[in-house]
Amino acid sequence: MLSLGIEGTAHTIGAGIVEYDNGRCKVLSNIIKMYQPESGGIHPREAANHHAKYASKVIREAFEKAKVKPEEIDVIAFSQGPGLGPCLRTAATAARALSLSLNKPLVGVNHCIAHLEIGRGTTDCEDPVLLYVSGGNTQVIAFANGRYRVFGETLDIGVGNFLDKLGRYMNLPFPSGPIIEKLAKSGKKLLDIPYSVKGMDVAFSGMLTSAQKYYDSGESIEDICFSVQEVAFAALTEVTERAMAHVGKDEVLLGGGVARNRRLREMVRIMAEERGAEFFVPPDDLCVDNGAMIAWTGILMYRSGMETKIEESFIDQRFRTDEVDVKWRE
Amino acid sequence: MERVIYRGAEAELILSEYLGRKAVKKVRLSKKYRLKELDFLLRASRTKEEAKLIHEARKAGVPAPIIYDVDITRCTITMEYIEGKKVKDLLSEVSKGEMKRICMEMGRNIAKLHNRGIIHGDLTTSNMVFSDGKIYFIDFGLGSFSEEIEDMGVDLHLLMEAFASTHSEHEDMFGYVLDGYREECHVDFTKIRRKLDEISRRGRYIRWR
Repeated sequence: MLSLGIEGTAHTIGAGIVEYDNGRCKVLSNIIKMYQPESGGIHPREAANHHAKYASKVIREAFEKAKVKPEEIDVIAFSQGPGLGPCLRTAATAARALSLSLNKPLVGVNHCIAHLEIGRGTTDCEDPVLLYVSGGNTQVIAFANGRYRVFGETLDIGVGNFLDKLGRYMNLPFPSGPIIEKLAKSGKKLLDIPYSVKGMDVAFSGMLTSAQKYYDSGESIEDICFSVQEVAFAALTEVTERAMAHVGKDEVLLGGGVARNRRLREMVRIMAEERGAEFFVPPDDLCVDNGAMIAWTGILMYRSGMETKIEESFIDQRFRTDEVDVKWRE
Repeated sequence: MERVIYRGAEAELILSEYLGRKAVKKVRLSKKYRLKELDFLLRASRTKEEAKLIHEARKAGVPAPIIYDVDITRCTITMEYIEGKKVKDLLSEVSKGEMKRICMEMGRNIAKLHNRGIIHGDLTTSNMVFSDGKIYFIDFGLGSFSEEIEDMGVDLHLLMEAFASTHSEHEDMFGYVLDGYREECHVDFTKIRRKLDEISRRGRYIRWR
């Protein structure tokens, strides 16, 4: 069974084609095109314009790379939410148009769940706690009572957004995460940045204010980056460990764009080792926002009898992780 | 004769003895994933703060273990052993009526803590032990002192989330927690209620009504 997935929740328009291979996800193609603002952060309308411009190109490339003809696709999946309205609408429009013209079933996918399912489909984990860290989202998700439930999340901004905001303040380009990671390697001094964990939730705005003050007072940018990573990632690792202890699961999965950060990976891996748990992370191009994860989740949903009628395929900016009835899992 | 009875995310509980009494040693474990300096700073300050909070909770009339000894350098608190059952497990076994009674009592106790400016910081049903007909509050490890409505709201919101995730089939029971809270709390309950709603809306992707 083959599926085309179209992703467009924020800065990325992506198209991926995957095959259902005995319960495993075989990625045939995964084309990603990211909107890069000239300055500042993501402007939703400009990002949507970018997606409209490149949607057909990435979809065509996805078919070419996968060596699959459009008629051979069994299901078309799209990111229904959560995300930025204009971006979601653009991707959804492309999916609806293809569904109608090819006469193929449509499935609306929850973006956060797709980050978890692609990990289950492409790594050896079965029932993990997912630490999902990206620009807009920071959640600790696990399966419980038929749904993916959020056990911990950020109380203010996503960790990626936090890194980008700090980066912008220090005149670094967008996305700032990878640059901060590089600068952090030459940092040595741990600055007193407030550590904020509340139960299984985290907060970043206090860290941001404190780091900005250090920057204003002339602290070295390397030490700021180093301290911010050490404190913020330790907090994320701690809430993930708390959630694992709370729900009693011994697998941890990373997902989202920030999951590419090697220091964060190292911390979560050490945490897993120390508690005798297993650590998993999909390849980089499946960590970031991508079409393959949407395609894969779409296949799982479709196989369990789920389908989204065109007239019910509204996008949902606030699509919650725990709203989806996870029929494809026992 | 010491043995580990529980290994949590951040600490180990060791069954021990203190001057002939059954005791629990709570040892905050060093985490290799975080920087050494940050690790000790967090463990030491949490140990100190927790001991203070437990002591204050008892003064507020809320069931909590008696503190026997505090050792900051080893990040260890030795305290009374509470024989009983976790409220998390208890709730899935008892009748609806009993559940309601437990939830009300839970709410009253939380209000008593808040009345004295004690914020538990990690209100989940795993951190409550039912013993001798009373609900003991344990693990004040993420607690703090505050008189702010905001902090009380966040405290209660955590428990609300715990009910939504861990006790999803009894999510409505949280209403009884609030009923109990209302009975006992000194501040204007409508302010707490409003705060709780406000905090819920702060969570990401909440439906606005």
